[in-house]
Amino acid sequence: MIDLYQSQRAMRNMRRAALQRGVIAILDVGTSKIACLVLQFDGPEEPREDGLGSLAGQSQFRVIGAATTRSRGVRFGEIETIGETERAIRTAVQAAQKMAQTRVDHVIATFSGARPRSYGLAGEVELTDGQVTEHDIARALAACELPDFGAGREVLHAQPVNFAIDHRTGLNDPRGHVGNRLAVDMHLLTIDARVVQNLLYCINRCDLEIAGLASSAYVSGLSSLVEDEQELGAACIDLGGGSTGISIFYKKHMIFADSVRLGGDHVTSDISKGLQISMAMAERIKTIHGGVHATGMDDREMIEIGADSGDWEKDRRQISRTELIGIMRPRVEEILEEARAMLDAAGFDQLPSQQIVLTGGASQVPGLDMLATRILGQNVRFGRPLRVRGLPQAATGPAFSSAVGLCLFAANPQDEWWDFEIPAERYPVRSLRRAMKWFRDNW
Amino acid sequence: MRALKSLVSMLSAPRVPRDPAPSRLAYRMERLWLTPAFRHAVRVGMPVMAVLMAGIVWLSDADRREAMSARLSELRESFENRPEFMVGLIAVEGASPAVDSAIRQMVPFQLPVSSFRLDLDALRARIERIDAVARAELAIRKGGVLQVQITERQPVILWRTAGGLEMLDETGHRVATLLDRTARPDLPVITGEGADAHVPEALAILRAARPIAARIRGLVRVGERRWDIVLDGDRRILLPQDGAIEAVRRVVAIDRAEDLLGRAISVVDLRNPGRPTLRLAPERVAQFTSSDVEVTGQ
Repeated sequence: MIDLYQSQRAMRNMRRAALQRGVIAILDVGTSKIACLVLQFDGPEEPREDGLGSLAGQSQFRVIGAATTRSRGVRFGEIETIGETERAIRTAVQAAQKMAQTRVDHVIATFSGARPRSYGLAGEVELTDGQVTEHDIARALAACELPDFGAGREVLHAQPVNFAIDHRTGLNDPRGHVGNRLAVDMHLLTIDARVVQNLLYCINRCDLEIAGLASSAYVSGLSSLVEDEQELGAACIDLGGGSTGISIFYKKHMIFADSVRLGGDHVTSDISKGLQISMAMAERIKTIHGGVHATGMDDREMIEIGADSGDWEKDRRQISRTELIGIMRPRVEEILEEARAMLDAAGFDQLPSQQIVLTGGASQVPGLDMLATRILGQNVRFGRPLRVRGLPQAATGPAFSSAVGLCLFAANPQDEWWDFEIPAERYPVRSLRRAMKWFRDNW
Repeated sequence: MRALKSLVSMLSAPRVPRDPAPSRLAYRMERLWLTPAFRHAVRVGMPVMAVLMAGIVWLSDADRREAMSARLSELRESFENRPEFMVGLIAVEGASPAVDSAIRQMVPFQLPVSSFRLDLDALRARIERIDAVARAELAIRKGGVLQVQITERQPVILWRTAGGLEMLDETGHRVATLLDRTARPDLPVITGEGADAHVPEALAILRAARPIAARIRGLVRVGERRWDIVLDGDRRILLPQDGAIEAVRRVVAIDRAEDLLGRAISVVDLRNPGRPTLRLAPERVAQFTSSDVEVTGQ
């Protein structure tokens, strides 16, 4: 546990160093694409008269380089072929560096796989001197009983989401409050350690220093949910290529995250298998003609699905769009139903507002809104990432919500457990002080 | 047709999917190239170093160095010796003929000479070392003329020493030697050790003694501290060290009132201002003692 604490801390320090240097890279290692953004931090902007900043204070950085490349060697958001992925990362980083005309040494990475698992932790301490100090918070966090999340798993996020003093709950920042007991609720997200190890290895092979890691479900929620939704309770469903990330936000904190190991690539492979065409062709007809809601018109819309086999009959096949939709729809339904099951398991229906936001590359399928409404409920909308300065037009689509969210995460990270000092075992000091007191009282 | 197509596809190069990823080396090189320090070193440092190295290698050969310096000096020579830079004439203005010829003899080079070789400051210092020259201004004018504007010293007094007569200007600086006193009868004469250092005082005394100027033969510096006025008939007025001019004025006043200098007096001693003393001429002393003239007062 201390190990992880130290390594996360080292990453935090690295991030601080990178911010001081002013340039940091964002790497989104997805199943279908690898996106790299180069951010330049040029200090906080000058405050306006009304005390607000543009983009809710998110404008202290600028995107100066952006590059996307087709991902290779990644399945279900996890690195499978290290060499291939390393090459793909190299391609993206080099192109982004070239656009930024600067060298980046620090990178913050996100990935969607690695079987995230959420835990809710609670800790409670007596306050020694009435008022809550940072040290008391650290003690309360340390008092949380860690669940047995199994060998080979690591903690990715450990965020205090709620503080309570005596019977007052729902505090965001308890420092300075006066009370007897401080209780904390912490959200812990664990992931498969070996997946992270592979990613770190790939990034190190590219001569980059890792300055932070984040779950893709979390960061895409950061960028695609608006502030009210984060406050009142909302779920972000990031329909990616190889996996679908689900994160639930309440009171501006992530309280649950999980992922479905299904995504847009499975739709493509269904098309490829069902129509007996190549993956590339399947991807092409999925993006151009795809849909999930068939109408009468679609029976007459014929799609050429050529092949290069040399057989006239095979190379001149045509299918109607209805057939394509018939292949795609069950898979998309399956993904959404899986997501629904997870939301139900997490108790999403207990939240005051039950907004569901669909984002990610696979959310661009036409007609998905009607399907999603049927499965997930009425409160469904599509989410696009927040607009950040300097982001190229090509990178403003829903497929980039996790990359943009990672930018926000880099600029304003949430306090995590390792941002507080470990409470030192203070027994010796206290006993010495007691002895001194005894002396003073009795002599 | 199909066979032809397949033949063409067989003949054309086998299609290997191109890997868009840069090799590890290329990636590292590009990162190195994007490092600002390295980039600067390559774009500025290396060309400068290369040029410097080439220069050093070329200059390391003694023969080449010699040839280059010879060529350089030749170039310099030919440029300096252009007719527009040559000085062929010296024009001396404001100098008497003697000083003029002295200056012309003094010029340490043969005309014509390039103006680059002329050190006007040194030449000016040299000309100003002539006693008769108070100030010299040198300029090279258009047409290759070295113009020397001379301000001469004006002799105002003669100083007789064992060596002869020297003409001095009003500051006591030597102007020239005078061979014949009669050549400048207008100038007064002073004599004595260190008299030249006190010419302004001597001039003031002479100005104060202008009413008796006809009788004055000259001034004598006595003991390097005070002045005597020598009058005709080897008579003297002994002036004090301080307040000499007041003493002269006093003598002039007494002379005007009592015709002091018209009488048979050999010395008027004013060295003690509280007690001026007269000494009679020796031939009149006997006459004075033989008669019973009552002398009263001072």
